[in-house]
Amino acid sequence: MRLSRHLTDPLIRSNPVTLQILGICSALAVTTSLVTALTMCAALIFVLCVASGLISAIRRHIPQSIRLILQITIIATLVIVIDEVLRAYAYEISQRLSIFVGLIVTNCIVLGRAESFAMHHPVWPSVLDGLGNALGYSLVLVVVATIRELLGSGTLLGLPLLPTTTEGGWFVPLRLMQLAPSAFFIIGLMIWAIRAARPEQVEHPDHRLVGHETGAGP
Amino acid sequence: MDRRRGPWARFLARSNDDPMKALGIAGLVALASAITVSTAATTLRPRQIANVEAARQLRMQAMVDELPGLRAVMEELGVTELQTRLVDLDTGRMLPGEAGGFDPEAAARDPETSIALTQEADTAGLERREAQALVHLLERDGVPMLVVLPVRGAGYQSTISALLALEPDLNTIAALTVIEQAETPGLGANIESEAWQALWPGRQIADETGAIRIDVVRGTASSTYEVDGISGATRTGRGIADMVRFWMGPWGYGPFLSRLRQEGLG
Repeated sequence: MRLSRHLTDPLIRSNPVTLQILGICSALAVTTSLVTALTMCAALIFVLCVASGLISAIRRHIPQSIRLILQITIIATLVIVIDEVLRAYAYEISQRLSIFVGLIVTNCIVLGRAESFAMHHPVWPSVLDGLGNALGYSLVLVVVATIRELLGSGTLLGLPLLPTTTEGGWFVPLRLMQLAPSAFFIIGLMIWAIRAARPEQVEHPDHRLVGHETGAGP
Repeated sequence: MDRRRGPWARFLARSNDDPMKALGIAGLVALASAITVSTAATTLRPRQIANVEAARQLRMQAMVDELPGLRAVMEELGVTELQTRLVDLDTGRMLPGEAGGFDPEAAARDPETSIALTQEADTAGLERREAQALVHLLERDGVPMLVVLPVRGAGYQSTISALLALEPDLNTIAALTVIEQAETPGLGANIESEAWQALWPGRQIADETGAIRIDVVRGTASSTYEVDGISGATRTGRGIADMVRFWMGPWGYGPFLSRLRQEGLG
């Protein structure tokens, strides 16, 4: 078995954000600066790996009828723990992330991997699958946050790279990059670039409009 | 089924469709989650409190820096921060010594160190109020140059806590700094914005008769007792106004302030 496939596949080939369009809400909210995006990624990697591992470990004893509730309980527990840890050890960043760490509970990637993968696979592949998907999500977040922070405020990780006009430099920050829609634009461009390079990702339309001339009637 | 196996193995061997098993598994998962969450919360609590406290100190320093001329006075007096004292709110008397490590919210929860407020008195939605509270002072020759009062009250959806700084006349607001709030992002949460807090300095709290008039109004303020509200956040604004009125009134720092007016810091 090529175990590493579980880890590498979700990075680009089946990336949860660009292929499955999951986890978009937090990708918009936390990518105004690289440091918040990295913190969010670390939190998601922790939650997704541990949740996948735990759910996989008890998968044979999870009754079908209450499986979603159990999965959510486990995920929510992990999210609360990571939220508490952030508030204790990274207070300032946790204030800036505000509710978005808590909202990992509702991040479709976490429940999606639990339901579609961890419920049917042994612990180790599940952890790798969780890690792979979390890294795939992180990759997108880091790219988006790098572009947004650099063009939106001329800094990276808070270090000034492009001297802004307010500081006496030449760079006029793009205000748009600090607003949520810019993340949509960047993610959209990323999806376009990936699908241009890998045409097999392009979705075939479920329905096709029938032209008037072939329809019934006059 | 093998009778020699323990009850645990027999439980796990039950069919997943068995309601007993569903209940049992749900209970176990819930128990494990509860233990994990409460362990994390209790072990990390001291660090979180320290973080909030450090952030409060920073805000206080920042507020002191904002006030015009205050740093100069402090340098002249040779102090770097305000002195913190405990006040008995009922009598308005200051207790001797510097107060450190006092947690007003914990004090307000404990029946030993707090009083229950009647519904009429409780305009800030606190239910209980601590018997002793903190004040931060800067004094010169027994005269208060600046008095900073920690206040808190119910907003629209969260408890708002703030620092209210008063000028030496103890009636003019020098600054209002919101320390903690979880109001609606984009609306009520704007009380934390510098632009809104900048509306407070110079406002008067009570008129000549001593009646407390300070208010947050809808639209634009028309007198020195009024502060512009934030549109879309009427209840947050009302919460702040009620909070300031409560703490300036007879159930809050009123007795302390009137004693300070009459007797000075002596």
